[in-house]
Amino acid sequence: MTTIRDAAQKLMQTAIGLAPERWLPGGTPDPLIGRHGAIGSSVPRIDGPRKVKGEARFAAEVPAGNMVYAALVYSTIARGRIATLDTDATQAVPGVVLVMTYRNAPRMAPPALFMSDPRAAGASSLPVMQDDTIHWNGEPIAVILAETQEQADHAATLVRVTYTKETASTSFDAATAQAHRPDSVLGEPAVIEIGNAEAALAEAAHQIDRTYHTPRHSHAAIEPHAATVWWEADGRLVVHDATQMLNGTRWTLAGIFGLKEEQIRILSPFVGGGFGGKTLWNHQILAIAASRLSGRPVRVSLSREGVFRVSGGRTTTRQRVALGARADGTLSALIHTGIAAMTAYNNCPEQFSFPARHLYAADSFKLEQKVADLDMVANTFMRAPGESIGTFALESAIDELADSMGLDPIELRRRIEPVKDPTSGHAFSARHLLDAYARGAERFGWSARNPTPRARREGEWLIGMGVATATYPYYRMPGGAARITLTREGQARVAMASHEMGMGTATVQVQAAADRLGLPIAHVTFAYGDTALPPGTIAGGSSQTASIAAAVTAASEKLVPALLKLVGNDSPLAGLRAGDVEARDGGLGHRSLPERFESYASILSRANRDEISAEAEAPMPLEVQKYAMHSYGAQFCEVRVNAVTGETRISRFLGSFDAGRVLNPRTAASQFRGGIIMGLGLALTEETLFDARTGRIMNPSLADYHVPVHLDVPQIDVIWTDSPDPHAPLGAHGIGEIGITGVGAAVANAVYNATGRRIRDLPITLDKLL
Amino acid sequence: MLITINGQGMEVALDPRTSLLDLLREHLELHGTKKGCDQGACGACTVLADGERILSCLALAVQYEGRSISTVEGLADDGRLHPLQQAFIDHDGFQCGYCTPGQICSAIGMAAEIGRGVPSAVTADLAATTIPPTRDELRERMSGNLCRCGAHNGIIDAITEIYSAEAAE
Repeated sequence: MTTIRDAAQKLMQTAIGLAPERWLPGGTPDPLIGRHGAIGSSVPRIDGPRKVKGEARFAAEVPAGNMVYAALVYSTIARGRIATLDTDATQAVPGVVLVMTYRNAPRMAPPALFMSDPRAAGASSLPVMQDDTIHWNGEPIAVILAETQEQADHAATLVRVTYTKETASTSFDAATAQAHRPDSVLGEPAVIEIGNAEAALAEAAHQIDRTYHTPRHSHAAIEPHAATVWWEADGRLVVHDATQMLNGTRWTLAGIFGLKEEQIRILSPFVGGGFGGKTLWNHQILAIAASRLSGRPVRVSLSREGVFRVSGGRTTTRQRVALGARADGTLSALIHTGIAAMTAYNNCPEQFSFPARHLYAADSFKLEQKVADLDMVANTFMRAPGESIGTFALESAIDELADSMGLDPIELRRRIEPVKDPTSGHAFSARHLLDAYARGAERFGWSARNPTPRARREGEWLIGMGVATATYPYYRMPGGAARITLTREGQARVAMASHEMGMGTATVQVQAAADRLGLPIAHVTFAYGDTALPPGTIAGGSSQTASIAAAVTAASEKLVPALLKLVGNDSPLAGLRAGDVEARDGGLGHRSLPERFESYASILSRANRDEISAEAEAPMPLEVQKYAMHSYGAQFCEVRVNAVTGETRISRFLGSFDAGRVLNPRTAASQFRGGIIMGLGLALTEETLFDARTGRIMNPSLADYHVPVHLDVPQIDVIWTDSPDPHAPLGAHGIGEIGITGVGAAVANAVYNATGRRIRDLPITLDKLL
Repeated sequence: MLITINGQGMEVALDPRTSLLDLLREHLELHGTKKGCDQGACGACTVLADGERILSCLALAVQYEGRSISTVEGLADDGRLHPLQQAFIDHDGFQCGYCTPGQICSAIGMAAEIGRGVPSAVTADLAATTIPPTRDELRERMSGNLCRCGAHNGIIDAITEIYSAEAAE
């Protein structure tokens, strides 16, 4: 863990050492902010036709000659050793090509753990199938390759194994006794104390001190994890993966298999849902190893159960939130502490204390995260890790305080709105949370809410309204580069190894590049999803939009001077420098003299060039060092709770967001709604059931892990302030995760308003309301 | 055995354990039909068998000898999108696109069920001969098709546009 902190600090020190750039104090905001063009218009998804026709090819659908299918066998104990392993019957099944176990698996270095190096992508640092040790219930112990999936699946059932069990840590309750502070929480300190919060709480006129529980969650992307892999004759490796970490996967696989990065190509043009779960797990590594042993291309497509066994989800937490308030509602103490279950081999401590670091003003703070080590599949990042469930606890507690003081919960939040970041002291780059509340309250009809719980009833149904704050940080990842190629026909090809899992990346980046280059969108293409392209950054932390935009900006700033070098003395642009011109109308023109303009086509044609290309790396994300940069929202919920059965139905929902400039209202609305809907699952139905005795996940199927279905989802209203952040590329924030935050509390607060019952233990199932 | 896929008769020889889904995806290179769970819980593999929606992962291919199967690849007419496919684009009824073929095939089968007067769990009058395709009817009847990106509103909007208009005619 120390290495993670060191790496993070080193990264930041390197960053600070660089010259200031555009997004910093004194720099000029992105000139595209405020300009109306393709950005801001509701362009339909560029990949839409292929997706509705079933032509989008996912990782398990890539053809490979002479390919074999993989099936995995999973351990049934949480910790111990394999005592006996009999694969004779498996080997004998017609069509079986290879049975791989720890006995014959090639030697592989352990995966480099995500964040142990800026390029690392391993979800866990455990070695993969290197000896007889079992580390979690569900760990792969054998890989079967066969000519057909049916043969492989059948053969896998014939593996006979016995174990020598060792005592495993599988009870979160028991493990919390040995909970410890991680060295860091994503590079941030695990504890922040300002003043003496416990003392201030004890003396406060109004006090709330509550404990909240959140369960494990599963990403449950509809596309199961899959990869089609093969080795080329010259030793190069090709991996068609479903991933949100292309370059990280390549670097990490290079380390595992002792290859150079250039020897590996990862392709992932379509990903059937990621949400944090589509990263580097055992299955790709095992498929690659089995392919090497067998000399055949391998397709591994995890069964739905396999997805639950091999890839982790959001972990379980126990959180305490305590608030001390004066009579006017201002806070003298804000305490948010807790414990998350984790393994000793990963580093995802579920940053639930992050919202409390940035949301509200208080005289004193105590914010602390601990982890309890369990023997389980490595937990990982899932849509708004930390913020999704941290806001459940914090925003439930704020509602409890408002209720106990007889204050409207929105009014309470007005009274504790900070003027600067409450823990870092940084200025807010852009914060319009109260504006989002005001707009949302008006549209939702908040004034009609009866503050007295259980006061509104229609027949069997109790009706209530609740509200909560949404918040998620702005991140921009370093290390990405974009290439722009302009052709003589006036077309631009932008390329970067980025990811499209449905967020709208390809569409929005075409819009952004079109405006950046002064071209119509029909003249711009965006190539992504392939490590043969300039390196991209991860699709995580809602960071891709800004990360790509910054790289494309850098490439365009290199392209313009290169174009000006091409213009001859006859050009209207002759003698102009990059600072004098802007991209417009399919070419370059003087910023204030309209007649001094030449189209790209003309410039290239006059220079007798077919095309010109420029590639550049995005500058370091220094803006986050200088400003508190976050997105916000106000989540409004109306529920109907059946007084007889305890069934909760969501009747209305509105998300009012403050998330920078919205680049494409159509795809943005879908991102906001998608987050909210996953939040409704978090609130009401979703729980990965973990057997505390055996460490076995008990509901590894979509029949038993309950995601919201059509009838659970009402019409969801979303609005936004559309206020650009002057310190972000395009003025935009990523919006993939903000939508899920605050939803759990908005629902719980509405359930309280409807029933008078405060549920502090997710999900809010009907048994808890009876 | 002989089976008709998207109007084209074909002769296939199969391991009898092969599901209709795997026949399409692994033997006929028709990857438009998706595998989400392989156990009938997600709806991603929905296809039409003689016009009726079925889960192809729970169907053994050999059971469908002589039957006519329609998949998402067969919906566009000479390159022109089926109106429902276009409506999915217009209403942003998908994000990642993985559940989309199943949603579209399911919606087509569902509309036929409403047309035949088959009631659902939310139909108020079980004796009614015509069932109005209300949002609640559509949401109930589409609940076997999971979407994890959260495109539910757009999906129901798209289906409403096509089939509520049809019902009104």
